[in-house]
Amino acid sequence: MADQIFEYAPAPESRAVVSIKPSYDLFIDGEFTPASGEERITTLNPADEEPLAEVAAAAEADVDRAVRAARRAFERVWAPMPGAERGKYLFRISRIIQERARELAVLESLDNGKPIKETRDVDLPLVAAHFFYHAGWADKLAHAGLGPDPRPLGVAAQVIPWNFPLLMLAWKIAPALATGNTVVLKPAETTPLTALVFAEICQEAGLPPGVVNIVTGAGETGRALVAHPGTDKVAFTGSTEVGRQIARAVAGTPKRLTLELGGKGANIVYDDAALDQAVEGIVSGIFFNQGHVCCAGSRLLVQESIADELLARLKARIERLRMGDPLDKNTDIGAINSAAQLARIRDLARIGEEEGAQGWSPTCEPPERGYWFAPTVFTGVSQAHRIAREEIFGPVLSVLTFRTPDEAVAKANNTPYGLSAGVWTEKGSRMLWTADRLRAGVVWSNTFNKFDPASPFGGYKESGYGREGGRHGLEGYLAG
Amino acid sequence: MPDTAFASDTAASNASLRAYLHGLPGVDEVGAKARAADLGTRSIKTTAKRQAIDLAVRMVDLTTLEGSDSPGKVRALCAKAAHPDPADPSAPQVAAVCVYSDLVAVAVEALAGTGVGVASVATAFPSGRAPLEAKLADTRRAVADGANEIDMVIDRGAFLAGDYRKVHEEIAAVKEACAGTHLKVILETGELATYDNVRRASWLAMGAGADFIKTSTGKVSPAATLPVTLIMLEAVRDHRARTGRQVGVKPAGGIRTTKDAVKYLVMVNEVAGDDWLDPAWFRLGASSLLNDLLMQRTKLTTGSYPGPDYYTLD
Repeated sequence: MADQIFEYAPAPESRAVVSIKPSYDLFIDGEFTPASGEERITTLNPADEEPLAEVAAAAEADVDRAVRAARRAFERVWAPMPGAERGKYLFRISRIIQERARELAVLESLDNGKPIKETRDVDLPLVAAHFFYHAGWADKLAHAGLGPDPRPLGVAAQVIPWNFPLLMLAWKIAPALATGNTVVLKPAETTPLTALVFAEICQEAGLPPGVVNIVTGAGETGRALVAHPGTDKVAFTGSTEVGRQIARAVAGTPKRLTLELGGKGANIVYDDAALDQAVEGIVSGIFFNQGHVCCAGSRLLVQESIADELLARLKARIERLRMGDPLDKNTDIGAINSAAQLARIRDLARIGEEEGAQGWSPTCEPPERGYWFAPTVFTGVSQAHRIAREEIFGPVLSVLTFRTPDEAVAKANNTPYGLSAGVWTEKGSRMLWTADRLRAGVVWSNTFNKFDPASPFGGYKESGYGREGGRHGLEGYLAG
Repeated sequence: MPDTAFASDTAASNASLRAYLHGLPGVDEVGAKARAADLGTRSIKTTAKRQAIDLAVRMVDLTTLEGSDSPGKVRALCAKAAHPDPADPSAPQVAAVCVYSDLVAVAVEALAGTGVGVASVATAFPSGRAPLEAKLADTRRAVADGANEIDMVIDRGAFLAGDYRKVHEEIAAVKEACAGTHLKVILETGELATYDNVRRASWLAMGAGADFIKTSTGKVSPAATLPVTLIMLEAVRDHRARTGRQVGVKPAGGIRTTKDAVKYLVMVNEVAGDDWLDPAWFRLGASSLLNDLLMQRTKLTTGSYPGPDYYTLD
């Protein structure tokens, strides 16, 4: 009887709240306009591999049109406009996002594969919050501590990843507009749909033409955008490898650059931690958004004396995670975003086994179609293993142990990355001692993966440079 | 494996009990609340909801604990416990009726042959502020009158003062006076103030022989909450892993709606595990919850809500 009861009956969110067009054009100068070339990209639902829509692939000429439109809007309308007026547009956009939150959440789940409970409860509230927060800054830039009269840079070229399509759009567009810049944004080729609905929202808000331009496409489009001489600022979130290419392309030009790249975050659990809550933090650290999180806590560093107990609790907890239909409100783990990403995760997991680490996954049956990877925990991992060094960007946790706080910090910092870290201890002095020594942009204390528009986010070392969010994030879009 | 979590030398002094209880992993309040809230968002529908409602009805300890309780009121309550929905004989019985000790004999007589248990709040309920002899006498009388279950309150004053040994001794003494009758130990978590205290009190009670740990008397606010129940479910889960002995959990007070009850069942399932999804190991102490469960049950069968007058008041 017990088994039957909590086979929770499916509770899917309705797809009817979203109307997806079969085909989308580029959004340039306030209008949807066809691309110059014939090339189209099909975006799939990763949960069932069904095509959702076709989008245009913007060629160099299209990017050029978008940059010129952004330049015109910058010079004639947006930069001269008083901050308070710009703020009104941003407030209007935030309100429309809230009104259309359900539609956007469902669309994001369809296009990305992430569970509806995350798009509904995490992504969309944060997206709206970013626009609200930056709307508030628009008329207060002189008080941000960045000089008495900070000026916008001009046209921002922005390239964002597929893991949080709409949230990364908000992180890029909200501060750029608040500070008086105009933007040309390229969403990832596998997840362009919410950005195109956002373009509709810009129209609905009456945003002046050219202030926001959205060009869809793959790597070629991104390269054309980054290299375009008419842009003053490049902002990129994505892999360290592409970040390096962008840094090379921008080197020697007057363009300003912020990069938010990969990570291999350490989650340090001391022996006096609140264990049940630490287990929750480990789970949200690595299995949130299927591990498609640059600041994921993908390395668990656990004090040796509690390692067995913690792992037993962790495995029992992971057994309870529910993988499946992303639109089901009871789903904890959704689909991997693309076949290519799934192949990479499988490859690295196989290498983990070959290197001698012990992989473990709960008993769960993935759906027959779509891209799925069960939550996986590797124990017996050493610093020399590739799974302890390379960003996997999937639901794969590497577990290492330590004996002393010094060793924990040394191991946590022994990585080319430096984006995030977590520390779990009930002892305040140990928390502060550890946080002080960690070379990471964000250190979470007895929690993980918490975001707020007022809190700056960014990395050390190969995790990039520049900060997004908060007062610090404004700096990347202003000349003092 | 010993029957209790700690050996007699641990219980020998406040210092050793303190060392033991303070050696348990701490509880991070923010994290515990977040986890409880997250579990509360599970969506239970259709067949799962039907089964959850019937299980919740079978887990109810139908309770009346008023100074104005009379034999007539208790008899009426017993009739309802045995046949909760006069219009629908398929509605399951509740687990037990919970009354003051002086009314146990009335309830036992009224419930004879029905299979519904009789629980009694002996031990100077609800404050627990009486000499141990009085509590033991209260307990023995309830047992002699035929109670199947004794709900005792711990001495919160002694617990908060750090006199863990006194609390331990009282529970152990009452357990002995129960002479095999099931013992539920009420922690009155609303007065324990911190989640660390809730966890320690849970382990103290289990170590002293509790068969069930129960959140509240219902006379103190806050009574049962999801986060407190989460801590207690973690405690019974960990206690079984350590000692092999399973202990039940009973949130009591303030659970009024089917929606709330289902949240508790989800939590039992996902925290302690489905071994606890049984009236033998999980109870809901409630008086007004039952009618809402019955109404939602009818809604699932007929598609519409009957009015409140279709359900009995007592």
